[in-house]
Amino acid sequence: MTVDRRTLLKGMAVAGAAAALGPALEPAPEAREKRVPPPDAMGMLYDATLCIGCKTCMVACQDANGLPRDTRSSDGLYDAPDDLNAKCKNIIKLFKDGDRTSFMKAQCMHCVDPACINACMMGALKKREHGIVTWEGERCTGCRYCGIACAYGVPKYEWEKAWPRVIKCEMCSQRIAKGQQPACCEVCPRKAVIFGKYTDLLAEAKGRLAADPGKYEPKVFGVTDGGGTQVLYLSKAGISFQDLGLPDLGETPVPDMQQTIQHSLYQGFVAPVALFAVFGAVIWRNKKASGGDGEVKP
Amino acid sequence: MGQKEETTRHEDHLDGSSWGRRDFMKVCTMAAAAMGLPSWAAEKMAETAAGPKKPSVVWLHFQECTGCTESLLRTSHPDVANLILDLISLDYCETLFAAAGYQAEDVLKDIMAKNAGKYVLIVEGAIPTKDNGIFCKIAGKTAVDMVNEVASKAGAIIAIGSCASWGGIPSADPNPTGAQGAPQVLKGKTVVTLPGCPANPYNLLGVVLQYATFGSLPALDDKARPLFAYTRVIHEDCPRRPHFDAGRFVGKFGDEGHKLGYCLYKTGCKGPVTHANCSLLPFGEVPGAWPIGIGHPCVGCTEQAVGFRIPISTTVEISHATPPDTYAPMHAEHSNIGPAAAGLAGLVGGALIGAGLMASKKIGEGAKEKEE
Amino acid sequence: MSAHTKPQPLGGPLWTPAFKILAAIFGVSVLLIIWRFVAGLGATTGLSDGYPWGIWIAFDVVTGTALGCGGYAMAFLVYIFNKGDYHPLMRPAVLTSALGYTMAALAINIDVGRTPYIYKIPVFVSWWNLNSVLLEVALCVMAYVAILWLELSPAFFETWEEEGSHPALKKIAGVLHPIVKKLMVPILAVGVLLPSMHQTSLGALMLLAGQKVHGLWQTPFAPLLFLISCVAMGYGVVAMESTLATSLFRRPRETKLLARMAVVPAWIVVVYLVIRTGDIIVHGRLGLAFQLNIQAFMFWVEMVLFTGGAAMLFSPKFRETAKGQFQASMAVVLAGTVYRMDTYLVAYNPGKNWAYFPAVPELLITVGVVALEIMAYLYIVKRYPILGGAAVAPKVRGAE
Repeated sequence: MTVDRRTLLKGMAVAGAAAALGPALEPAPEAREKRVPPPDAMGMLYDATLCIGCKTCMVACQDANGLPRDTRSSDGLYDAPDDLNAKCKNIIKLFKDGDRTSFMKAQCMHCVDPACINACMMGALKKREHGIVTWEGERCTGCRYCGIACAYGVPKYEWEKAWPRVIKCEMCSQRIAKGQQPACCEVCPRKAVIFGKYTDLLAEAKGRLAADPGKYEPKVFGVTDGGGTQVLYLSKAGISFQDLGLPDLGETPVPDMQQTIQHSLYQGFVAPVALFAVFGAVIWRNKKASGGDGEVKP
Repeated sequence: MGQKEETTRHEDHLDGSSWGRRDFMKVCTMAAAAMGLPSWAAEKMAETAAGPKKPSVVWLHFQECTGCTESLLRTSHPDVANLILDLISLDYCETLFAAAGYQAEDVLKDIMAKNAGKYVLIVEGAIPTKDNGIFCKIAGKTAVDMVNEVASKAGAIIAIGSCASWGGIPSADPNPTGAQGAPQVLKGKTVVTLPGCPANPYNLLGVVLQYATFGSLPALDDKARPLFAYTRVIHEDCPRRPHFDAGRFVGKFGDEGHKLGYCLYKTGCKGPVTHANCSLLPFGEVPGAWPIGIGHPCVGCTEQAVGFRIPISTTVEISHATPPDTYAPMHAEHSNIGPAAAGLAGLVGGALIGAGLMASKKIGEGAKEKEE
Repeated sequence: MSAHTKPQPLGGPLWTPAFKILAAIFGVSVLLIIWRFVAGLGATTGLSDGYPWGIWIAFDVVTGTALGCGGYAMAFLVYIFNKGDYHPLMRPAVLTSALGYTMAALAINIDVGRTPYIYKIPVFVSWWNLNSVLLEVALCVMAYVAILWLELSPAFFETWEEEGSHPALKKIAGVLHPIVKKLMVPILAVGVLLPSMHQTSLGALMLLAGQKVHGLWQTPFAPLLFLISCVAMGYGVVAMESTLATSLFRRPRETKLLARMAVVPAWIVVVYLVIRTGDIIVHGRLGLAFQLNIQAFMFWVEMVLFTGGAAMLFSPKFRETAKGQFQASMAVVLAGTVYRMDTYLVAYNPGKNWAYFPAVPELLITVGVVALEIMAYLYIVKRYPILGGAAVAPKVRGAE
């Protein structure tokens, strides 16, 4: 292929417009502002040193949210979910490694900067009142991008149904609206999981750490992890949060990389419009230059 | 209360019998406790039963095996003699009567006249209704007529056993005699039902003594079963429940699990859907003397929809399932891939690559023909 | 441009044995699609909460649209760089693009769990989450499907305007053809813009999965890499389609034209490889490529296919024969396909003890959708003026 000067120039013009896509090459980390929990943020604090694994919270959650029983793993006998799923929004898991054992309560983390709500096309998943991430069926097309996005594997799907819903812990927002606590926090006999204002819980967690440093892993999970979560965790000394199945996300919010690129590309929709203008102009010129009937034939 | 005084009073009535106050109180306490009544109620019951006016009971037998009577007779505390002579006044009972013929019938007429509105009618057995009830006649009267007549003047009516409660075994398909329970025949009347095959005698005793003592009947459920005995399903209080919770089951009769006394659910136990207090109040006070106790699945005899309807080996759905004593692991196993799909995918992929290579070969051949 | 004859319909019988087999395959998949809507996704797919996306997204949508980038790639060459010589390749390229994108849209409708709500995406503007990359993809793909058929519409209008066609069609063509003609410049410009946007976004989608995507694929360059590789794939598909169609329908070859064009995808692949490997090396992730696991293996499969494809395209031995063109293009197309499948499936790891493999109905539905695509292609090239370059071969004419 021979490239003449004119083509080259035109190519450069296009490349110039494409340079609007340039930020994709190396996103600037400060491009996206850091999110903080909303002022009315409510949260939960789970202290693994207190949990006795009674699973009362699981039963209460099922009842409070009208969830069906998950009896697959038990021949139709028990409600015995083996993981979070469309029939289980809250589960007590057991970590066991020789003598090191710990219970772990898994449910939605209600991230400060959730990947799922960045994923959701129509805002079915949103941080609504108290910073609680809830799902609105009318807006959901069932694309499951939220499941791809969530680092904690929380949004679950009703695979068995012809009209599936996304099922996840919504911190019993229907109960909170009535002035009640989330069911799991209300029934916990050991106050291993407690409900409260995010700021209070954070202070409480730090206070527990300071009061008995030997008892705990020296960290409150969720303060900064993945940009922070409204559900905070304390773990037994010697049992890391990764042992408890929580990913090591660092302090960068999960959506940062994608959102920075995307925001740079579509800032004010300037780049697409500019590209369109350039493409249109070039095609128009070529059309005129080609002479003849001047018609652009596809 | 002064023990001496009490003892004297009892001895007046017991008349040299070996049955002491302790035994007597024990039965009343048991009956009261079964009903969830406080201890003072037991004492009051004992007083009533020990008093000169013991509750008068008329016991009618229809289509049945007499098993309920038999189980009542086999209670060890009280034994038969004390029961029918001292706790209640069993004034008419075809099985236990010494009298016969016209003498017996006269007694019944006598009770109905003297104790009208006060006696307790206990019905045992189903009542045939087909062909005007000719399948069961006593003293020339059909069961239907007899039960209607006696019930018309009774103070309280109790249907003991599943046959009297809804028809029981006689009403099982195809029900050739049109057998029905007492509540169906005595429409509009309150009939306390004590289903069971047989019914636990203490449940009967409790109802009778409450009626005699307080003139009232215990709280009943929608099937007129006393709530004190029929609120909870057997599964909830089953002695084998820990095995269920731990997932240890009898696979088939005689296997290792059966010998070790594991849960009988998988052999068809109806405990999870059967409302009864069998596991809490042993029959005749013999611990373990009930189906599950001896290693047989509950057949659901107290439930019209279950007993004699659902095959013994059929397992039932559990409405109040609770998690077993195990925990979900940190990373549950979710990976299962069908070999058929893998094979098909290989086939599709292979076919595509193969088609590509074939096409390129063909293109190669064609290329020689002509080029633009 | 005028050196080439106008595109013409191929003619010939439609219900050939091959067409009947395709129809049978499609028939089976229709039944399975009905089953999928009755029984739900769980019963018909290998999807799970760990792997919410399977081949319907990774292959039908992400790869399918990239395979449908022939029209995009050719539009760049023909309209932006004004290489009119390549015009004969344009219509078939737009047709394959239109079909590829339409099938991708069909696949989305099957894949999404609450299909009846899809209409809400373009309608409920106030609900739009402008942070959602998937929304951008959805809107762009919807728009681009329309644009592609508009770009192709003159082929239909020309036929409908002819004597003897149905009066209603004639009327439609009479009204719409001039409008489309007038609007062709903006249509073409949008047609170049939209793929630039959503092919980038398809690369950006998996960025949100963060750590769940293997380090050899999880990079801020993914959007750029997806864009670059889709253009290379577009040229590859055009070359494959052309060589295949000419040999299948015994038409004069376009080997010389394709040989000249071949360096374009070759250079694009080189750029792709430089960015891809440079990013991995600079970010110190090269070690991941030398581990003993499926991800490292698939990485090398990609690398071999891309480099091999580019090398073949550069080599005159391959470039100048139809067979070589086909094989080289196939390597590039395959490489881009593997790259996409890897990013969405192989590199995606939701955590311990999750696995995904498409279920049999899932695979068959994909196969059926592709069969429908081929059937539509055969029907349209036989009935409408798509393939150009020379008069229709007499052999085919005779079969009419």
